[in-house]
Amino acid sequence: MRDTVAPARREAGSSMRRIYAVILRHLFVMRRSLPRVLELAYWPTMQMLLWGFITMFFLRHSSWVAEAAGVLISAVLLWDILFRSNLGVSLSFMEEMWARNLAPLFVSPLRPHELALAMMIMSLIRTVISVTPAALLSLPLYDVWVFSLGLPLVAFFFSLLMFGWSIGLFVSSLVLRFGLGAESLAWVAIFAIQPFSGVYYPVATLPDWLEWVSGLLPSSYVFEGMRAVLFDGRFRVDLFLASLALNLVYLALTAGWFVYSIHVARRRGLLLQQGE
Amino acid sequence: MRGLSKRFGPVAAVDAIDFDVPEGSTTALLGGNGAGKTTTIAILLGLLLPTAGEVRLFGTDMLRQRYRVLPRINFSSPYVDLPRRLTVRENLVVYGHLYGIADIGARIAALAGDLDIEQFLDRPNGSLSAGQKTRVALAKSLLNEPELLLLDEPTASLDPDTADWIRSYLERFRERTGATILLASHNMGEVERMCDRVLMMKTGRIVDRGSPAELVARYGRANLEEVFLDIARGRRQSDERADAP
Repeated sequence: MRDTVAPARREAGSSMRRIYAVILRHLFVMRRSLPRVLELAYWPTMQMLLWGFITMFFLRHSSWVAEAAGVLISAVLLWDILFRSNLGVSLSFMEEMWARNLAPLFVSPLRPHELALAMMIMSLIRTVISVTPAALLSLPLYDVWVFSLGLPLVAFFFSLLMFGWSIGLFVSSLVLRFGLGAESLAWVAIFAIQPFSGVYYPVATLPDWLEWVSGLLPSSYVFEGMRAVLFDGRFRVDLFLASLALNLVYLALTAGWFVYSIHVARRRGLLLQQGE
Repeated sequence: MRGLSKRFGPVAAVDAIDFDVPEGSTTALLGGNGAGKTTTIAILLGLLLPTAGEVRLFGTDMLRQRYRVLPRINFSSPYVDLPRRLTVRENLVVYGHLYGIADIGARIAALAGDLDIEQFLDRPNGSLSAGQKTRVALAKSLLNEPELLLLDEPTASLDPDTADWIRSYLERFRERTGATILLASHNMGEVERMCDRVLMMKTGRIVDRGSPAELVARYGRANLEEVFLDIARGRRQSDERADAP
C-alpha cells in the first residue's frame, strides 16, 4: 500500500463521453455473456421459423399472401425491430435497478437526458444484434430477402426503432415509479398495441370503430407502408411522414416524462430504494 | 445547509437543520437508526429533493446547479452497489468516463495500488468479499479526487482489521488532498478517531454539535458512546448533572 497517489486530472467532461460511459457499461456485460447475446438473437429466430412455416402454408392456400412473397416474414421481422427496440431501452434501465446502480449514476455528472440517449443507442445495438441473424436466415430457409425492400427498409427500421424507444422510456418511467414489480411491462405492454398496428393484416381489417386507434400508432403506418412496397412496389411517403411526425411527438412526450419521473423519484426518495 | 427539511407525508425525516462543514475538515453525522443521517447525505448528493431549505456546496446552489458541483464530489456507501457482472476494472472505467477523468488507465492503476485492489481488478464485482467491495467502492469514490467526499457508514459490516485500514486510508487521503469529508456513522470509535466535528442527530434534528472532546466534556462522560446513549435515551446534560453524586 502506498501513501501517495498521483492526483486525478479531471477534464471538462463532455456529454458524449458520459453517454459513451453508459453504453460501455452495457457492452461490458454483453461481451462477457455469450448466452445474453445468443438470447437476443434467439427469439427473433424462433419467430422467423414459426412464421416462416405459417407463410409457407398460406402461400399454398391464400392468394392474398401469394401476391407478395414474404409479406408475413417481413412483418415478423419489422415487428421484432419494434419489440427489441422497446426492450433495448427498458432492459438497459432495469439492469441499473437490478444492480442497485441508479444512485451512483445519479450522483455522477450524468444528466437524465444523457442516460436516456445512452439507453437509446444501446437499444439500437441490441436490436441490430437481435434481428440480423433472423433476417439473414430468411433467405436460405424461405427464399425471402428482407433487404430487397431497399431504402424503405431503412425508413421502416428507424421509424419502428423510435417508437420502441418511446415505449421503452414510458415503461422505464413506470418501473421507476412503481418499482421492479412493474418490470413485466417491458415484455407485455408492447403486445397491447400489436392488434392495432396491422402487423399481419391491413388496418382496414379492423372494425371501423377501432381504426382510429391505429391512426395514433406510428407502427400502423410502417406496416401499411411495408405492404405498399411489397404489393404495389412503391414507397408511400405520406405514411412515412405520418409515422415520423407521431414518433417525434411520442418521443418528446416520453423523454419529457422520463426526465420528470426522475425528478419525482428524487422528491419521493425512490432512487434510494431501488434494487432486487 | 440552511433550514433543511424533508417530509415524507406526516413524517419529518429531516426537520429544519442548519449546519456548515468547514473546508478540509472531517465531520460526522451521528445518530441512531432513523435519525436522518442518510436522508441528509442523500439531499447533499442531490438524490433527494428537500421539502424546504437551502443547500450550498462550494458556494453553489445544489438544488439549481447541481451539475456544476457533482464533478467535484463523490460518495460511497455499503448500501449501494456497483454492477456485479462487471469486473472491478470495467466499473472503474465506466465511472472514470462519467467523471471525465483524463487518463483513466493510469488513474485506476494508481488507485488500485493505493487501495490494494490490484489482484482482483479483473474479477467481477459480485464475486468480491464485503471488505474488498468496500475498497472498490472507495476507489470509485476517489476516481475524481473529490473535494468533498460523502460516506455513509464507510466501515459497516467490516471486520476490525479492514475497518481500521479504511479509516487510516481516509485519514491519509484527507491529509494529502485537503479534501472535506462528511460521514454518517454508528461507530463511535471511528467518529472519535477521525472527526473534527460531530453533528448529533435525533428524529431529524441536530440536537447537539461540537468536537468529540467537547461533547464528551459537555455531557460529563468518558467517551462519545456514552454521550450518544444519553442523547438517544433523552437524558439531558442538566439531568445528568442533577443526578451526579
